[in-house]
Amino acid sequence: MRQTCLNTIYELAKKNKKVIFIGSDLGPGVLDSFKKKYPDRFFMEGVAEQSIIGLAAGMAFENFRPYVNTIATFITRRCFEQVVVDLCVHNLPVTLIGNGGGLVYAPLGPTHQAIEDISIMRSIPNLTIISPSDAYEMKNLMLDSINLKGPLYVRIARGGEEIITQKFKSKIGKAIKLKKAKDYYFLTTGITNHIALKACKFLKKSKNIDCGVAHFSTIKPLDKTFLNNIIINSKKIITVEENVKAGGFGSSILEFSSELSSTRKKADIKIMGLKDKFLEKYGTQQELLDYSGLSFKDLSKNMKNFIKKK
Amino acid sequence: MKKKAELIIKLDKRSLYLRSLVVECLFGGGRGHMGSAMSLIEILRVLYDNFLKYNPKKPNDKNRDRLILSKGHGCLALYALLADKNFFDKKVLRSASKFNSILGGHPEYGKVPGVEASTGALGHGPAIGVGMAISAKLNKLNYKTFTIVGDGEINEGSFWESSMIASKHKLKNFHIIVDYNKIQSYGKTKEILDLEPLRLKLESFGYKVSEVNGHNVNLLKKYFTKIKKNKDKPTALICHTIKGKGFPFAENNPYWHHKNSFTEKEVKEINKCLGKNNL
Repeated sequence: MRQTCLNTIYELAKKNKKVIFIGSDLGPGVLDSFKKKYPDRFFMEGVAEQSIIGLAAGMAFENFRPYVNTIATFITRRCFEQVVVDLCVHNLPVTLIGNGGGLVYAPLGPTHQAIEDISIMRSIPNLTIISPSDAYEMKNLMLDSINLKGPLYVRIARGGEEIITQKFKSKIGKAIKLKKAKDYYFLTTGITNHIALKACKFLKKSKNIDCGVAHFSTIKPLDKTFLNNIIINSKKIITVEENVKAGGFGSSILEFSSELSSTRKKADIKIMGLKDKFLEKYGTQQELLDYSGLSFKDLSKNMKNFIKKK
Repeated sequence: MKKKAELIIKLDKRSLYLRSLVVECLFGGGRGHMGSAMSLIEILRVLYDNFLKYNPKKPNDKNRDRLILSKGHGCLALYALLADKNFFDKKVLRSASKFNSILGGHPEYGKVPGVEASTGALGHGPAIGVGMAISAKLNKLNYKTFTIVGDGEINEGSFWESSMIASKHKLKNFHIIVDYNKIQSYGKTKEILDLEPLRLKLESFGYKVSEVNGHNVNLLKKYFTKIKKNKDKPTALICHTIKGKGFPFAENNPYWHHKNSFTEKEVKEINKCLGKNNL
């Protein structure tokens, strides 16, 4: 997914002379082809996230389209004020790309496990946030990124996922129904749609329960028409995210639901996400997801119990 | 630098006039960073009167020089100059800090014509300036980028990061100006976080460094004339200034860094310093 993201920036750069790539001391060889073809628009700067964000802002003021890439925890935590002030206050079209969103960097510990980047970034006005679930969706969304007028945060998940969005031409701001159902839905973002699809299969097979998956590759702004429809037309919804519950994707769904008329029929909503704690474990992303109660079995069990609850 | 006596510059009519515009903001809004604005006046005066390329009718002209007031809390001085140069009407000055004003306690891009970036959080301007300076190279434009930082401001690591980036890219069109009044919010920079040896530090980060009395209009003019021909690397000018310059009771007095009210006596004293009747 990361490679697709970077390759798409190169594709954009071929068509648009204003596209600039800025990395913060990334691994050797990153976007070599871009560097070779457009050396003037390729910047590999040091470990200086705060200044790199300002640098990108300065370039965006001059009508360039910078794409800035480093590890998700660094591009959100370290330079939060620069993201807020330099990019979002000015509403500049700079795209921030965070590698290792969620628990991808499981073995690297709490400094690299991006457990709250969605919450951090969601709190900032003007910032669009996307969290694609596979390389196909990533490509579509990155191609669309050039049309945005303001700042964008792209959360990159693990690589090598199965492609599950190929029937959709994903656009920023649009949610999709990956699997349709009548009454029960998992609302997902990032790679949690993979887990939810498995849970749906499991629930059908083991309990004959029909569940759907509505996928939000854009976390902010939410696809409100889509969301409104799903909330008023279904009975139970569980949101699933690879992020702490506080201030995350599920919170945004609840915030939206709370604004809907109280006299209207609405689905009950439950949030699943990471716990309010640092994980204190290493291993693999899957191990940490399981440890955090986000396995497909956990999703199935939660949905089953949620449906039972009156 | 130098002996303290050299900083004692008698302010001329124009410097007093510009200070009176700052006072318009202060009295209009009843508050503001007075000390921080007053140390900046001559630096901005010389830049806007004699060196910067700009057109108040086309504040976004692509060939204009870019000036970022990174020490955004000194904005009343910038407002004074922008009003004086007709970026907006001088009457607006009296609305500073009020609910519907375009003039806040820190300058905002998009609200105030002539303001290049919203600043106030310290240590941001240099990186934005570096981005603009690199863009000038990429766009093959000749504008220069000036970024004015405060002395307390450069406690921030981001200033030094940006300095390294400017140096790496050999940005001869990037110019830092340090308003070195030696008083930060709580007290003396020497006691809070000593910057010395500042010149050596800046030089070691790749700047061509000069020092000047930041209230001496002629010396400032000389410096900016000289850097017009700057050839190889970014420059840094250390301006030795006096916080609250022009108002003896406020000079070097951290209690005048920011004021949120003025007594009748203070109003009188301020007006007296401005020689109000002669303006």
